Amino acid sequence: MIQVFAFYLFASLVIASGAITILARNPVHSVLWLILAFFNAAGLMVLVGAEFIAMLLVIVYVGAVAVLFLFVVMMLDIDFAELRAGFIQNAPLGVMIALVLLCELVLGVGAWKTGALQLGVASGMAQTPGGLSNTAAIGALLYTRYLFLFEAAGIILLVAMIGAIVLTHRQRSDNRGQNVGRQVARRPDEATVNVKPAVGQGVTL
Amino acid sequence: MIPFFEASGFSYEAAWGLSTVIEILVISLLVMFAVAMVIYADRKIWAAMALRKGPNVVGPLGLLQSFADGIKVFLQETIIPSAANKGLFLIAPIITFTVALMAWAVIPFNSGATLANINVGVLYVLAISSLGVYGVVIAGWSSNSKYPFFSAMRAAAQMISYEVSIGFILVCVVLWAGSFNLNDIVKAQQGHVWIINGFVANPLLFPVWVMFLISSLAETARAPFDLTEAESELVAGYQTEYSSMAFALYWLGEYANVLLMCALNATLFWGGWLPPLDIPVLYYVPGTVWLLIKILGFFFIFSWVKATVPRYRYDQLMRLGWKIFLPLSLFFVFAISGYLMATGHFA
Repeated sequence: MIQVFAFYLFASLVIASGAITILARNPVHSVLWLILAFFNAAGLMVLVGAEFIAMLLVIVYVGAVAVLFLFVVMMLDIDFAELRAGFIQNAPLGVMIALVLLCELVLGVGAWKTGALQLGVASGMAQTPGGLSNTAAIGALLYTRYLFLFEAAGIILLVAMIGAIVLTHRQRSDNRGQNVGRQVARRPDEATVNVKPAVGQGVTL
Repeated sequence: MIPFFEASGFSYEAAWGLSTVIEILVISLLVMFAVAMVIYADRKIWAAMALRKGPNVVGPLGLLQSFADGIKVFLQETIIPSAANKGLFLIAPIITFTVALMAWAVIPFNSGATLANINVGVLYVLAISSLGVYGVVIAGWSSNSKYPFFSAMRAAAQMISYEVSIGFILVCVVLWAGSFNLNDIVKAQQGHVWIINGFVANPLLFPVWVMFLISSLAETARAPFDLTEAESELVAGYQTEYSSMAFALYWLGEYANVLLMCALNATLFWGGWLPPLDIPVLYYVPGTVWLLIKILGFFFIFSWVKATVPRYRYDQLMRLGWKIFLPLSLFFVFAISGYLMATGHFA
């Protein structure tokens, strides 16, 4: 009973907050509704017994990605009426993308239901093998059967990260960065000079 | 508590629901009471280090000071700036406060005594603590005022920076304990090095704990990393526009977070509810008492640091997070997993 109630609560909240994400006029509100959608999706994951994925969803998407979204969107000064001006013009493209996504969903769920590809149990939650915990089961798969794909994904992300840093990094010659090693290595006798200037004469340092 | 309600004639689901609600209320009330007392303790410790008396008027030794403050803010008027985004402005402190209480669900207070003994307890704590930044960021944005906004941007960058290294630090602990469950992590620390309970006695994990302690100061935005409320630059940071109960919710949430970080330090590295030494006599003292002693000890360290260490500059904070803690914690992940592989810990 409580599972059914929780499922419908989370599911309806995901859909509602997803819809409001698109409909909200203020981009900051949009991001916040998106966060609510992520959070409720994590709740759905917990319900099907995938607690590891649920927690990762919250940590990665809510805790990091959405914070950066919010960070950027907060600082934008967007005139949303202007952005909406091209709506009619772009609508066919949007509808097409939506149709493609719908077809993919239908195909995916259909293939899963027929079970020809052995993707999992077609009804209810897929049990982890051998009573392992979720985390252990995913780890065992990821680091054995899918090791090369996993490592490849890691390398691609690393390359993307380095690329982004290289593209945006600029060496500035005019700023004086802090060199902690130099500061710590500095001794009193090299930092101070004791001079006794004669009357009427200045000091050159 | 579930068998008790079932015996009183409730169905299992109703009994589960009732006992969960009661446990949540008990934990929240105790945490709130602890927060009130700890605010008093913080002020007393801070005062003692500045050779002052601190709160000493309300009640014996000023013990009731926090409650007097609570009543005071409760009776004050909530002022909402006219240019603020009203809905978000009011939701923000509620988020901070709620999130600060949520993480307590997985902290084991004694052997098996948790509200939710879940498999992924460590990840849950990490997830919830990453939510904490929203209260600050939303407050900064919705106040529609420049100082809170600067504070919100600082908070967002600071929390993300330190969460990365906290993640790696937790990986080290999880590797050694072999579980994400906080209860199992505590049990794995029993007699870890000779008769000492706690990962902290391990020479490979001790530096990791030092990093965790400093990162938890940064994660809770406590001194010396309290740049989000640096009064010399930002008035009161994200709290500038807040008054009365909304302000108090931030205050309470912040201290609840500090207590949580103390509890995590105790649970992950100092053996949680285990006594410090693995000697049978010490197990006669209830585990909750040991945990409480450890939490309060860590809180004293937090206050001590607040009273003595000057505030970091913003670029120094970022440098510490990204250039020192991130590579160091990554190194320890490699070192510890390498050591565990070499000694056949996983076999």
